[in-house]
Amino acid sequence: MIDTHGHAAAESARSETSGASGRPRRRDRPPRSAWTESQRTTAAGYAFLTPWLIGFFGVTLLPMLASLVLSFTNFSGSFRTVQWIGFENYRLMFTVDPAYWQSVRVTFTYVLVSVPIMLIFALTVATLLNKGIAMLGLYRTIFYVPSLLGTSVAIAVLWRFIWGETGLLNNVLDLFGIVGRSWIGHPDTALLTIMVLNVWTFGSPMIIFLAGLRQVPAELYEAAALDGAGRRKRFWHITLPSISPVILFNGILAVIGGFQAFTQVYVVSGGTGGPAGSTLFYTLLLYQRAFGELRFGYASAMAWVLLLIIGAATAAVFASGRYWVYYGDER
Amino acid sequence: MTTTALVRRRHRTVPYIARRTFIHVGLVSAAFVMVYPLLWMTATAFRPSEQALIEDSLWVPQPTVENFVQGWNAVGQSGFGVFFLNSFIVAGLAVIGNVLSCALAAYAFARLPFRGRKFWFGLMIGTIMLPIHVLLIPQYLLFNALGWVDTFLPLIVPKFLATEAFFVFLLVQFFRLIPREITEAGRIDGCGHPRIFIRLILPLSVPALTTAAAFSFIWSWNDFLHPLIYLTSQSNYTVPIALSLFVDSSGTSNYGALFAMSLLSLLPVIGFFLAFQKLLLDGISTTGLK
Repeated sequence: MIDTHGHAAAESARSETSGASGRPRRRDRPPRSAWTESQRTTAAGYAFLTPWLIGFFGVTLLPMLASLVLSFTNFSGSFRTVQWIGFENYRLMFTVDPAYWQSVRVTFTYVLVSVPIMLIFALTVATLLNKGIAMLGLYRTIFYVPSLLGTSVAIAVLWRFIWGETGLLNNVLDLFGIVGRSWIGHPDTALLTIMVLNVWTFGSPMIIFLAGLRQVPAELYEAAALDGAGRRKRFWHITLPSISPVILFNGILAVIGGFQAFTQVYVVSGGTGGPAGSTLFYTLLLYQRAFGELRFGYASAMAWVLLLIIGAATAAVFASGRYWVYYGDER
Repeated sequence: MTTTALVRRRHRTVPYIARRTFIHVGLVSAAFVMVYPLLWMTATAFRPSEQALIEDSLWVPQPTVENFVQGWNAVGQSGFGVFFLNSFIVAGLAVIGNVLSCALAAYAFARLPFRGRKFWFGLMIGTIMLPIHVLLIPQYLLFNALGWVDTFLPLIVPKFLATEAFFVFLLVQFFRLIPREITEAGRIDGCGHPRIFIRLILPLSVPALTTAAAFSFIWSWNDFLHPLIYLTSQSNYTVPIALSLFVDSSGTSNYGALFAMSLLSLLPVIGFFLAFQKLLLDGISTTGLK
């Protein structure tokens, strides 16, 4: 968008020669002098883009299409027994497999509950930090570090011990005379522990909120203060509308990430999704079906439905933005 | 800090100071709750193993490194030395691959008005949102057919093909800000695109490249799913896989050693963060990298 064809015209004829001299070219091309400036730029553009193009077709687009095709087969690793079974995988998924719906329930609960809470935490802390608080840098670091570590196995391991029968949390509750239990070992609370882990990583959206809050023009606050608007009014009528695009952005990132949560669940539940399927996340079931049971066709169908779910969720968040996201015209 | 001082001078009233104190108390307690698990893990790693799980305090009267010694040699025949080396190899090559290939693509997208640019750029942006699970199975079948399973290749080769579109996007944003005049001058001096890219764009983009490199390292270091699928023999395990194996096999109940190794596994990430703190936080602010 910054580049214009005016720039292309300014490129000197020598430039391409010096860059290309002595290098073998992938394909034959007409004598250099026959090339116009814009052709030269196009050639250079595709030359620079080559690794990405190979990656895009080889590792992204073709696998994606292959996954779609596989989802209509019973492929289990051997090409000799593979059969086209139409929508059978989808039918099994939606009407037969109870584990599938369990995983949908678990994943949606996780996203719908933990994402809003995480964003509220992120926004609250960002707002407090934005008040010209001392030691801002230190706070920022402390709040951010968990989101850097949140998806690591080490933290998931730690979580198992914090929320376990004899874990840290119960020891703390003990001090208050509350008798705990194995939070991770109980079907009612196992998912909760993973949601808390997600909320714990609010630092990354917080950083984005902080950047957004800094963009809110101070004049708006001053004008509102002159009009006698209190702290709360200013937050609801100035801060929130001003950063609503940032909320949308953070929301979409968090939703997309939430649907793909895997490492924490795998480690916390030992790869089982237990107890009693209470942490059977969609991605975990997909992993089990694919690499545990070698039902690659079925898992591919699951992956495509996940793609559609994420696409629909993203679209829904975007669409809802029409009603609450405010893109200031006068700014 | 100066603004804080100014604000203070303007508002030196009792309710104002009370509110400030209240906010600070809130933030300090929140921060403490946030880091307590990490501090506890650190304390536990240095505590004699038999007290590992019964102590909640952060105070370790007699710190010991015994847990580290035991953990280092604990899992299988390989030990954590091998796992750390594997992780460093994989993450190191991921950094090189990502930075090189993403910078090349970003240069094309940001500075070369070639035909079809908008089309490809749109597709590139589209891949940012793509859940990896859609690609996982065919990629596995592909790499399996190539005989790459149980090697590092499936973890490394895609990084050399700019598949992490976030980094392309980050670098595009940055390259666009480099003034036209600078590259224009290069062209007049007779530089071709490769030379402009290497001599002008890359040196001017060191902060952005460092951001991409640091995130690339951290993501690759933390990655669990791909090594889980591709690495089968123990001598090839990366640290996360070894740790999860350790948990599952720790009927041995050597929790101290487990915590020691978990702590060690976080150090490179924390180290990278502390070294490039400002760059990383700016990177998140502008592009939403995790």
